[in-house]
Amino acid sequence: MDPENLPHEPAVELSPTRRSFYIKFIYGAMSAIGAALAIPAAIYLFFPPKARKEGDYVEAADLSRIPVGTPEEISFQRTRIDGWKVTSEKATAWVVKTADNQVTAFAPQCTHLGCAYHWDQPTHNFVCPCHTSAFSIDGKVLSGPAPRPLDKYMVKIQGNKLAIGPLDTHA
Amino acid sequence: MHKPIIEWLEHRTGIQTIIKDFLYEDIPASSGWHQVIGSMAVFSFIIQVFTGILLAFNYAPTPGDSYNSVKYIVTELTGGRLIRGLHHWGASIMLIIVVLHMLQVFLYGAYKKPREATWMVGVVLLLITLGFGLTGYLLPWDNRAYWGTVVTTQIAGQAPIAGPYLARLLGGEGRIGVVTFARFYALHVLLLPPLTMILIGIHVYLVRKHGVTPAVGDTAPRRKFFPEQVFKDTVGVTLGFLILFTLAIVAEVPLGKLADPTDTNYVPRPEWYFLFLFQTLKFFKGPMEAVGSVVLPGLAVLGLFLIPFIDRGPLVRLGKRTFAFAFAALALIAWSGLTAAAIRTTPKNIEAADAPAEELQAWQQLTPPELQGIGHFRKENCKTCHPGAGKRGIGPDLTQMIPAHRNAAWMVPHFKRPSQVVPGSSMPPVQLGDPQLNALSAFVLKLTPQNEASLMSAPDFAVQGASIYEANHCGACHQISGAGMKMGPALDGVGQHRDRAWLEQHFLDPKSTSPGSIMPPYKFEPQEMDAICKYLLQLPKSGG
Repeated sequence: MDPENLPHEPAVELSPTRRSFYIKFIYGAMSAIGAALAIPAAIYLFFPPKARKEGDYVEAADLSRIPVGTPEEISFQRTRIDGWKVTSEKATAWVVKTADNQVTAFAPQCTHLGCAYHWDQPTHNFVCPCHTSAFSIDGKVLSGPAPRPLDKYMVKIQGNKLAIGPLDTHA
Repeated sequence: MHKPIIEWLEHRTGIQTIIKDFLYEDIPASSGWHQVIGSMAVFSFIIQVFTGILLAFNYAPTPGDSYNSVKYIVTELTGGRLIRGLHHWGASIMLIIVVLHMLQVFLYGAYKKPREATWMVGVVLLLITLGFGLTGYLLPWDNRAYWGTVVTTQIAGQAPIAGPYLARLLGGEGRIGVVTFARFYALHVLLLPPLTMILIGIHVYLVRKHGVTPAVGDTAPRRKFFPEQVFKDTVGVTLGFLILFTLAIVAEVPLGKLADPTDTNYVPRPEWYFLFLFQTLKFFKGPMEAVGSVVLPGLAVLGLFLIPFIDRGPLVRLGKRTFAFAFAALALIAWSGLTAAAIRTTPKNIEAADAPAEELQAWQQLTPPELQGIGHFRKENCKTCHPGAGKRGIGPDLTQMIPAHRNAAWMVPHFKRPSQVVPGSSMPPVQLGDPQLNALSAFVLKLTPQNEASLMSAPDFAVQGASIYEANHCGACHQISGAGMKMGPALDGVGQHRDRAWLEQHFLDPKSTSPGSIMPPYKFEPQEMDAICKYLLQLPKSGG
């Protein structure tokens, strides 16, 4: 006779209390393990990377070369931290210098959908070629779909040099 | 409320019946704790898949970048260290569980007819688990990974007949590079996981087909798989998970230096579970080497496969399987002995040399170019990626450079084109002229773990003063800390016999303070004058 097919006595039921204890334990332990995996995973995926010092200023232009009252597009090298990569990239800004040596540096993207805008000397406005948003020389929206004024970089003036920092998020 | 949904699902898919059939399968009364290990193995595989996918979300599968991204995961991402810890230790635990599962089946003789195929699929799953370990080992691309894999691919290349083909398949012909890396990555994440899933499916199907092996003469009433055996499985799984989770939190997973094929000091070692193979290799010299590296392991695997056909006797009580126990004990003793011997003979990897004892502030002993280098270090924001003070950054700890890199001939070209000198480096080129790069290099080469804090805290006046000193080529006539020429007096300890007023007067009109001096006058801006005077006046007497 096949040793594995011996005649078995009829199956017996587990006592109800024992059965419910088993089931509770299975659900409890599995939920706990699930949480121990899901919570760190959510933190790992949704928390931003730890504070990185991207807020450094870089020397961008010689102030004496920037005309008063007319925006000037300047380009400069900036360090960008992109995930695990650090790249040195070219960046540009529209710089406006006023007569009292106040300097504003606008980020070069339209606040609507990120197109590169330019300075239109005849109308004396910044004009975006994509959806015709127009901004005044101080960055305010004059017309078009742009939802907010032009974004500004933080700036520092060191002697005759203009240093450009990160985007001014408080503006 | 959800009852109609369940009924709908059941009617359309029959899913409820499938689950019920699975859970309420009859199992022998003699089933119990010894059979939970199989479930634990499946569970550990699920953990590896889960954490592996999470890691892949932030992982760049190319040499160099892979190292940077792993570093990014453990230093920049919250929970990243835990996820990597779970995956790393999970690999070891999975292997232990798979081996324990096999050992249990072996000791109980559960491979006997009609379960030979179940056993053989299991052996393949063990080999795949080892394959996961082997391919995953390379992926962090640190020295450990690189050198471990160099050895592995060479061993594969020694296999009789298949060797050269295997080596080519692994991309390890000649040197390890992007091709090997891509192959290992593809094996690790594209080929092995689905293969494992299919084989686990077949394995479980076969277990179900033949039923769980009962003990000899088990005539007690059969029981249902759920909930009693599932409860026992859950206890085992929970225990395994607790051990894994604790390990992932407590034991930091090492991430060494970026893989460096020129680092001749590195002592390569495989992962712990391969150490016994590594040690076996030492017994075979010359042409016999392939016996230890390929033939013996190959025969051992073949033997494992054939166990059900070698041992064909009827199932006997566990207590009567003396031969099986003796065989397993022998294997365990051999494995532990070889592993212990391998660990005992592993020399420690040596790190950078120590700095001399300090009395003065370490920065005071720097030469002017070295101090000037600190200025460049600050201005170029090197600290963003090399934070120092034992902290982990994107770039390596500069105090721990290997000896081969501790010279300007390596350093300066590296500053100019980092990714050409260190393939995969994400460091941007330092855009400075040669004299500045030399100064920066001079400073970086001075860094040791002991002096780092002091050097980094060098005051601005000293850095600026030294830069002015360099910019005006004062070193062409003067000497500080042994650097420079001796045409004029050495300036070490000048503050002990001159004061600020004397120095300022001396710069403006050297002959007024030192008759006969050939030094030209220097008209510094007030702020520059302040910096260079302060710098000179603090110079220690005998230099460093």
